[in-house]
This record gives sequence, C-alpha cells and structure tokens, in this order.
Amino acid sequence: MHVVLCQGLDDGPDFLSEEDRGPRAVNVDLQTDATLQVDISDALSERDKVKFTVHTKSTLPNFKQNEFSVVRQHEEFIWLHDSFVENEEYAGYIIPPAPPRPDFDASREKLQKLGEGEGSMTKEEFTKMKQELEAEYLAIFKKTVAMHEVFLCRVAAHPVLRKDLNFHVFLEYNQDLSVRGKNKREKMEDFFKNVVKSADGVLVAGVKDVDDFFEHEKTFLLEYHNRVKDASAKSDRMIRSHKSAADDINRIASTLYTLGTQDSTDVCKFFLKVSELFEKTRKIEARVAADEDLKLADLLKYYLRESQAAKDLLYRRGRALVDYENANKALDRARAKNKDVLQAETSQQVCCQKFEKISESAKQELIDFKTRRVAAFRKNLVELAELELKHAKGNLQLLQSCLGVLKGDT
Amino acid sequence: MALLYMATSSERSPPPFPEDLEPEPDEVGDQDSDDGEDIFLGADNPLEIKMDHSLPASDIASSTKPLSEASSAPVMDILSEPASEAFSAPMMNLLMEPASETSSAPMVDLLMEPASETSSAPMMNLFMEPASEASSGPMVDLLMDPASDDLKEPPKPDINPLADIINDAPLSEVKTPVAAMTQEPPSDLFDDEPSELFAEPRQSNTAKQQQTSIFDEPDEDLFSEPLGEALKKPQNDVFKEALAPVAKASNVCGPLSDNYNEDPTDIFTEEAITTLPSAVSTVSVNSKTNGVHSDEEEPDIFAEATVELSLDSPRNDRKKKEAAKPSASASAPSVSASASKPQPKTLEELDEEIEDKFELNISITNPEKVGDGMNAYMAYKVSTQTTLPMFRSKTFTVRRRFSDFLGLYEKLSDKHTLNGYIVPPPPEKSIMGMTKVKVGKEDNSSAEFVERRRAALERYLQRVVFHPSLLQDPDVREFLERDDMPRAHNTQALSGAGFLKMINRATDSLSKMTIKMNESDVWFEEKLQEVEAEDQQLRKLHIMVDSLVGHRKELSVNTGGFAKSVAMLGSSEDNTALSRALSQLAEVEDKMEQLHQEQAASDSFCFAELLADYIRLLGSVRASFDQRMKTWQRWQDAQNMLQKKRETEAKLLWANKPDKLQQAKDDITEWEAKVTQYERDFDRVSATVRKEVLRFEKEKARDFKKQIIKYLESLLQSQQQLIKYWEAFLPEAKAIA
Repeated sequence: MHVVLCQGLDDGPDFLSEEDRGPRAVNVDLQTDATLQVDISDALSERDKVKFTVHTKSTLPNFKQNEFSVVRQHEEFIWLHDSFVENEEYAGYIIPPAPPRPDFDASREKLQKLGEGEGSMTKEEFTKMKQELEAEYLAIFKKTVAMHEVFLCRVAAHPVLRKDLNFHVFLEYNQDLSVRGKNKREKMEDFFKNVVKSADGVLVAGVKDVDDFFEHEKTFLLEYHNRVKDASAKSDRMIRSHKSAADDINRIASTLYTLGTQDSTDVCKFFLKVSELFEKTRKIEARVAADEDLKLADLLKYYLRESQAAKDLLYRRGRALVDYENANKALDRARAKNKDVLQAETSQQVCCQKFEKISESAKQELIDFKTRRVAAFRKNLVELAELELKHAKGNLQLLQSCLGVLKGDT
Repeated sequence: MALLYMATSSERSPPPFPEDLEPEPDEVGDQDSDDGEDIFLGADNPLEIKMDHSLPASDIASSTKPLSEASSAPVMDILSEPASEAFSAPMMNLLMEPASETSSAPMVDLLMEPASETSSAPMMNLFMEPASEASSGPMVDLLMDPASDDLKEPPKPDINPLADIINDAPLSEVKTPVAAMTQEPPSDLFDDEPSELFAEPRQSNTAKQQQTSIFDEPDEDLFSEPLGEALKKPQNDVFKEALAPVAKASNVCGPLSDNYNEDPTDIFTEEAITTLPSAVSTVSVNSKTNGVHSDEEEPDIFAEATVELSLDSPRNDRKKKEAAKPSASASAPSVSASASKPQPKTLEELDEEIEDKFELNISITNPEKVGDGMNAYMAYKVSTQTTLPMFRSKTFTVRRRFSDFLGLYEKLSDKHTLNGYIVPPPPEKSIMGMTKVKVGKEDNSSAEFVERRRAALERYLQRVVFHPSLLQDPDVREFLERDDMPRAHNTQALSGAGFLKMINRATDSLSKMTIKMNESDVWFEEKLQEVEAEDQQLRKLHIMVDSLVGHRKELSVNTGGFAKSVAMLGSSEDNTALSRALSQLAEVEDKMEQLHQEQAASDSFCFAELLADYIRLLGSVRASFDQRMKTWQRWQDAQNMLQKKRETEAKLLWANKPDKLQQAKDDITEWEAKVTQYERDFDRVSATVRKEVLRFEKEKARDFKKQIIKYLESLLQSQQQLIKYWEAFLPEAKAIA
C-alpha cells in the first residue's frame, strides 16, 4: 500500500466532490494573511507512517526564505501541539487541537481480507472491491492530511501562536526534528496527569465564577462538548450505514449484471439497464455518504476537539482563579499571623496577574471561538445542503431517464 | 366420426374395458390437471366406446344412473352392484367406478379390486390405457361433476367444460405435432401414480380433458398411419368432426349437474322413469336429461335443456345461480365450434384473447388474529372479483388461514406436478415470525411480518389463478368460493413448500446420481442450465437485497439518532441563528429517517419479495424438469424390460418350449404397449414442461419489469422528497450569521 498524492490533494481522483477540494473545507474561515501561509502540498503514505510535505510562504523576517518546504510526520505535529500546551505563556489561549493520528488499520484490514477472499469471487468483483477499498483508503488519507493542515493553518492564523519559535522551527528546519513518540513511562505520567486534571476540573468547575461571561461559557461548553460528542458519534454511525447501503447497491448492480449477461432475452436487457442504473446511483449514494462525512461528521469531530481545547482553557483559567483565591486566603492568614506576609503578597500578586492575564485573553479567545464556530457551521451546512441537493437531483435525473427507457421498452 | 372411431378402435383393442375402467378414474384425474396435451391422449377412448356399443344415449343414461346412486346411496351398494355388472356390460363398469370415486367413498377399495382383475388378464396393460381414456369421456365427467355438486358447488363443474374447451382447444392444436409424433396415447403415466394419492376433487377436471382429448385423438389416429405427419388441413377437418361430440359432452355435463342439484321430485322424474323404468326416481332424473342430450347432437337441444332448468329453478334455492350457468354452457359449445373451425393459428389467438380478457381479481385483505396463545392463527379475507362465468357470483369473499393456502398448494402440486406443470409455491412457513404474532407483540416487526405474508399470499394466489390450467382446478374454485373449507392437514409441522423442497432436494441429488439422461433435446438441457444459473444468481441477489434492507433500516435508525443529537446540539448552541439552523437540520434528518424507513420497506416489498417469489418458483420449475426426467427414466426402464422379454422369448423359442412361449409373447405385447405409452408420456410431459417454461418466462419477464419499475419509482419518489427537504433547509443554513 503506497499511495502518493503527487500533485497535492487537489488533483486526487475524483471521489470527493469538487467543492471540497481544498483541505480547509473541514473547518474554518481563518483570517489568513499574506504574511504567513502554510499548507500541506504533498503527502506520502508509507507502511505505518505518513509523511507530510509542509509548504510555507511568508514575508516574515524570521525566515531565511520566502518560500520553503519541509517533510514532517504526525509525531512532529503532536510535539508542536504539546509544546504549546506546556507553555505557560499560552495558558490564556485556546490551543488548536492536535490532528488525530492517521488510522489506516481498518482499511488495511479490509484490503487484507479482500486478498484472502480473492479466490471466492469473480475477477470483476475483485477488481471492483479493490477499487472501492483503495478509494476508501484514499479518502481516509486525504482526511488525515486535511486535519494536519488545519492544525497548521490555525496556528499560522493565531496572532500569538504564529510567532512561536517552535512553530517556526517546525516550518523551517529541514532536518528531522528527532521527536520521538512518548515512551511508556511518559504515557503513564500523561495518564495520571489527565486523571488529576479531570478530578481537579470537576473541583474547579464547581467553583462559582465571579464573572458572568465565564460562568455562562463554562456551562455552555460543558453541555456543548457532550452534545457535540454525541452528535459526532451518531453522525459516524449514520454515515457508516449509508456507506454499507451504497456498497449493497453496488453488489446488487454487479449481480444484476451477471443475471443480465446470461442470455440476450428481453428481461436480460432489462436487467442490464437496471444494473447500469444501480451502478450509477450507488456512486451517488457513496458520494452522499462521503460528503456527509466531510461536511458534517468532520465538522462535528473538529468541534469536538476544539470545544475540548476551549474547555481546557476554561480549566486553566478556573485553576488560576482557584489559585488566586487560595493565595488571597493565604495572604489573609499571613497577615493575621503577621508572618511571611511579603511572600504571600508576592504569590498573591503572581496569581492575580496570571488569572487576569488568562481572563483577558480567554475572553477574546472564546468570542473568537464562537465566531469561528458559527462561520464554520454556516459554511459546512450550506455546502452540505447544496451537495445533498446536487446528488439528489442527479439521482432523480438518472432514475427518471432510466424509467423512461424502461417504460418505453415495455 | 365413424371412420375415425373405427381407426382408433382397430389400432387399440378395446375389448377389455371392464378391467380398465377402474384404473381410469385415477388416470382421468391426473390427465385433467394437464393442459391440452393430456386431452389428446384421452380423446380416442370416448369415441371408441360409443362405437362399440352403438348405443350412446342408453349408455349415458346407464352411466348416469350409477352415478346418482353413488352419490345418494351408501358406498357399499355402489361397489357391489357395479362390480357384478361390470363383467357383463363394459360401459356400466366404467360408469360405476367413476361414480363411486366421485362420491369420495372408499376409493382405495374400488381400485384394489380392479387392480386384481387387471392383473389376471395379460392384455390388461394395453387395455388399461384406452379404457381409462374412454371412461374419461363424457360419461365420467357427468358423473364427476354431480359428485362435486354434492359439495354444494354445482355450478362450477358445468362451466368448466366450456371454458376448457375454449382454452384447451388452441393448446391442443399447438401441441398436436408432438402428439402426432407419439403414436400412442400416454395413459401409462397414470398407472404409475398411485390412485390413493389423489383425493376426491380431481374428477371434475375429467370433463375438460375428454373434450379436449377429442380434438387430439383424431389427429393422432389419422396421422399415425401416414407416419404421423402433422398436416394442418387434416387436423382442421378432424377438429370439425370432433367438435360435435365435444359440444355434446359439454352440454350434457351442464344440464346433468344442474339436474342433479335439484330435488329428486322434479317434473323430470316421470320422464326419466319412462325412459328407464328400472331406475330409481332420483337416478332417473339425471339419466333422463342425459339421455335427451346425448341423443340430440344439435346445440339447440341444449337450449331446451336450459329452459327446463330454468323451470325447475323456481323451486330450488340454487336455481338462480345455476340458471346463469346453463346458459353459459349452452353458448360455450357454439364458441368452441366457431373457434375450432379456423386454422390453428386463429385458435391460438383466440386463446390469447381469452387470456387477456380473463378477468379475475383476487385480493387478500384484513389479516386478523384468531384465537389466543400458541393456538392463535392469522385469518385472511380472500376476495374475488370476476366476470368469469365459472364462478357462482361476480364477487365473493371467504376467510382462509395460512395452512389453507398450503393445503391448496399441496393439492395442486400432487395433481399437477406429475404432469410437468409448474405449480406456484406459497410462501414458506415462518415459525419465528408467527410465534411473534402469536405471542401478541404489537410491534413493528410483527406487523411487517403479517403484511409481508399477506402480500406474498396474494401474489401466490394470483399466480395460481393466472395459470389457465390451474384455474380450472376444482380445488382452486373451492378455495376461492367455499365458505366452510375443511381444515388442511399435514401442513402443521412443515410448510408445504419447505417439505417439498426437502423432498425435491433429496430426489434431486438422488436422480442426478442415478439417472444419466442422454438428452435428446438440447433445448431442455440448455434451459435447465439456465434455470440453475439463474437460481444461483437470484439467491445471491436476494441475500444482497436483504442486506440492503438491513442497512437501510440501520441507516434509518441511525439517522433518527443523529436527528435527536443534532436537536440537542441545537438547543445548547448559544448562537440563535445557528441554533435554529441546527434544529431545522434535526427536522430534515427526522424526515430522512422516515424516508429511509419507507425506502427499506419498498426495498423489501418490491424487490426482495419478488426475488424470494422467484427463487421459490424456480424450485417448481426444476421440479417440472425433474418430472420430465423421471418420465424419461420410466420409459427407458420399460424399454430395457421389453428387451429382456424379447430375449426370453428368443430363448424359449430356441429351447422349444411352446407352453411358456405364449406367456412370453403376451409379456412382450404388454411391454411393447408400455414402452409406447411411456414414450408418449415422456413426449407429453416434455411438451408440457416446454410450454410451461415458456409461459413461466413470459410471466417472469412481466413480473420483473413491473416490480422493478415500481421499485425504481419508489426510489424516484424518495429522491423527490429528499430534494424538497434539502431545498427547504438551504435558506436556513444560509441564514446563519
């Protein structure tokens, strides 16, 4: 399995509708400006890794050249993301969610199964199945690439993160960043951190916010995240069964074809025509499913991660608030005992500054998040509706003309 | 006529009628089920009988007598009396036995006795066939019909003959070439089939057969001498001649049955007595009318007969219904006469026309659960709407349960499969589905199950009545008309179709192993291969369509789930326009759920069910091919046997043992006759199978086209709905700001 998208995504085989050529389709209307433009111009799938060619165009003085490309792997994207998360400076920002790990396992497994079942099916069936699986693989591949690109674009469009040094290194350094995947111990640490964080999150979330804006955002994001999670799962299931139905129609078409080629009677010609029709309608059905996947499921998935990132921001702010309040209490106690007052004051001030800084940027970040979200939903829903209409109309036309022919014959 | 009869009689030695008579009823029954082909075989005999006795009228009368007795008097009497008479008067025997059969009395006994008799006579086999055919003649029919009348349905039998004449005549002509080739009538088939298998109801068919057979036989006889060339001109002549008797027969049948229904104390009784002083009053009524009709060959006479009936009718409850039928029967002869005159082509056309006109709408509605618990069952309302004169009224309804449908299939299959007919199979029994219904869960799936079954039963029944030969079967009419249907047995444990399939499969594999048929006719070989390949493909397709139905249902459920999720998401979204758009999207998805569900239903009802039907039907098609193979095998066996017998004779000759020589010669004659008969059977079954397969293919093409177009239209509608929904949504999405 070695898929190369030579000319970049845009020239891939025509199985995603023309409208969603651009990988940015997935999410958002980012205010890109000419000073820094990042995209993934190419991607190469090797056995268990995908190599992305990250292409940058920039007028910023930090870069040695105006235009350059580097090859990056998924792990390096994760490294970049984690470096943002760990940077205290960025605590007040919604860190763009990391792209999901490329997952070709299911597709590979299917392809393997197909190879095993090669003997039990006709050559046409096999070829057809293989083509389908390859198309599926390609779709996953493209989505993966798109997700990675979106991450970079979001960072490039962020007023603060775009200036991050790690980001610049990521874009420019034309050697391997020698990032390694996390080892077991680190993973365990991450896990504990997460447990602590979520326990803490519950604690922090229980604290009544003094600011109505944040109080509202907190309740909203908690609920929204859960619902978008649910909707994302449900849309996946819906699309999966839609795809299965399209596959069934495909198989029905080929069996009808076999039936139709048995002899040359009237019925057989009839079967052939119906087979031809089904062959076309199933393509449309498959595209409906693919477009729903792209416009709906991916959107929801993205906002599942994005809302998680927003929640994380609120957690950090909540944590800072709690720290700040604790510092206040400590200061009060210190003053009462008149002991270590200065130290307490300093820490109280640090906490206060931190909290205020987070609050300040967080407010803007959350407002931006909402703007982005509304715009993204609008764009995707409009496109979804247009695609659905386009496919339904195409389907209708096929059916009408086929019925016309069939009825004319009988 | 006379010449023809002579020829036939000379070819076939008619003397041993008495013995033959007994087996004939069974044979007749079998033949009836067949199309025109069978008819051809049987036709010779009736004529012959008349010739020999030279007293057609009296014969008929006598025959009617026993019949009436049989129906009225206890079975025992019938047996005793006819038996004694049989030896003295051959005709009497014939009549007597059929009568007893019709009465549905101990058939087996009757058969047993004759069998023994036949065995004693060496010539028996030869005679068996002609005799049986002869008995199948008008007389038998008359008897048969009345018997069936006993079952409260007098009118049907009357009409049958007429309809048959019309339908069969063309068929017979079409087949004539085939028949001509086979020089002897294949009545042998019947010998093989145990008479016990067949229950009472077949008899009415006999009438039909005889009539048609008249057409056939002339051809065969005439041509058998000139090397069986089927010349159209001679055929036509033959038909003309034959028509008269046919018409006669049909007319006789009608009035007779009518009379039979009436009370014994009719005006006719007196007349009857005058003609047949010895006869009992009840008997005499029938016999009298019969005699009148048989004597007079002109159609006018029949008109008189109908007049008589109408006079009677005021007294009888049923007379009104009957009155209509006699008139129909009277007109029928004339129709047949006119039909028979033109060339065979026109006959065929006529046949087609009739098929087109053929108005019989059957619908099954109102499935209703009867009873509780595990004894509960579903009863369906079977409504018939028809302009066919063979039914008592234009519209009628009966209530039937599923096992009744299976019972009908079993009856039809028993009778008709043996002759190579493709009997449409009913839907299979579903223990799972029914148990759910019985348990009384009022959920979607059990409602769907009931509806699916209702539709399947409806299609099954429509296929049965659309088959020109099956429609003539009295069981079909009984099923459609009779109010108190006797409970069908043996369908409890296994569904008819399932059971048959099991047997079929077993015999299939067995015969495939044992029978190596060197196929003389490439057409059959190719067709069988085609059928097998098609069966395989249809099964595959069915699985896929089922899977599509499953996925579409899943899609519907998942879309519903997604709709709910989106609605929730919309409610928590704090941008008003987006929130509104999301709840609109949820509504669209809700409608899509409905749409997918409807589409799944039409996937299932229009497409999957069609495939299931045809998978079952292809099973029946294969069964008819198997039947042909079996007939062939029997013919081959008989040939081998004949070969052995000849060898024995040669040995005996060589050994100079004259005492055993006669026996050997007799054996040879016997087996020669069997071989010819079996060969004829084979040709007849082959012709039937061929005709049936062609018919089946025509039906299949029609069905598939109709159903798939319907299915595509449902898809089209879905898409139209889809467009509507998304078009309504688009402005909502655009309104997000």
